[in-house]
Amino acid sequence: MMTNQHDHFKDIQDIKSMMEKSSKFLSLSGLSGISAGVIALIGAAVAFFLLDYGSIKYDENFYLLPPHQYEHIMISLFLLGLIVLVSALGSGFYFSWRKAKKQNLPIINRTTYLLLNSLLIPLITGGILCIIIFFRHDVNRLASITLIFYGLGLVSASKYTLSEIQYLGISEIILGLLAAIFINYGLIFWALGFGVLHIVYGIIAYIRHEK
Amino acid sequence: MKSIISKLNKAFESRVKLGIMSVLVVNDYVDFNTLKELIQTSDGNLASHLRILENGGLIKVTKQFVGRKPKTTYKATSLGKKLFKQHINALEELIKKK
Repeated sequence: MMTNQHDHFKDIQDIKSMMEKSSKFLSLSGLSGISAGVIALIGAAVAFFLLDYGSIKYDENFYLLPPHQYEHIMISLFLLGLIVLVSALGSGFYFSWRKAKKQNLPIINRTTYLLLNSLLIPLITGGILCIIIFFRHDVNRLASITLIFYGLGLVSASKYTLSEIQYLGISEIILGLLAAIFINYGLIFWALGFGVLHIVYGIIAYIRHEK
Repeated sequence: MKSIISKLNKAFESRVKLGIMSVLVVNDYVDFNTLKELIQTSDGNLASHLRILENGGLIKVTKQFVGRKPKTTYKATSLGKKLFKQHINALEELIKKK
């Protein structure tokens, strides 16, 4: 009887793990979030220096700066953004790849496609919108828009991965909306959303799933 | 106790069949290679378990061509989903009784 009991329990465990493994991308690592957050914070700090230690206000008058200064800052910020994006993605991918290897799971399988598919549609939409806004000189909305669309992407991807991602997404959306109201504090909201939130949720996910 | 045990479905007794059904109830459809990767068993073993489930009307098999390659996908029927859920409920009841 005892062995029977044990078998039933193991059956249920097997069923649960198989359901999760087959429908969710479980290799997302908390360390990916932490590293992306740290990189974003460094990026925000560099942006702060580029804006002359905050003496240049990132506000509705931003585009009224002398043209050469405006152009110089915009190109630097654009390059900085690109470097931050690529290195955050790279480090995120590295830690997830490491976790997948540890779990003995392939990093690219069906759930990877499901995850990326639902993440990328809002993300690319937001990216295109940012480029349009960038060329329309309405740059003070960028922090808000990047946060909101990133949050939407996370919420839509969350059904295919760790449950924490949904809460991270909702938090990003709320910050994005706040950034739209308090438009002069865009950089601070951006640092909170892409830096602090990533680190906080990364630590939570790491403690809950990898420790 | 006996009545609960009788609710356990013999069709899901093997580990491979349990695995196949677990995957199919949470996914719309899954192809052979994905199942093999998840369940980690041999082609022949997996295929024979799939055939038994298909013959029992618990799963539906679709064969189609993607380009020139044949691709077989598997889907749980509504009967299969219902019976599997009953099986899980029976298992949970048994554990609670412990």
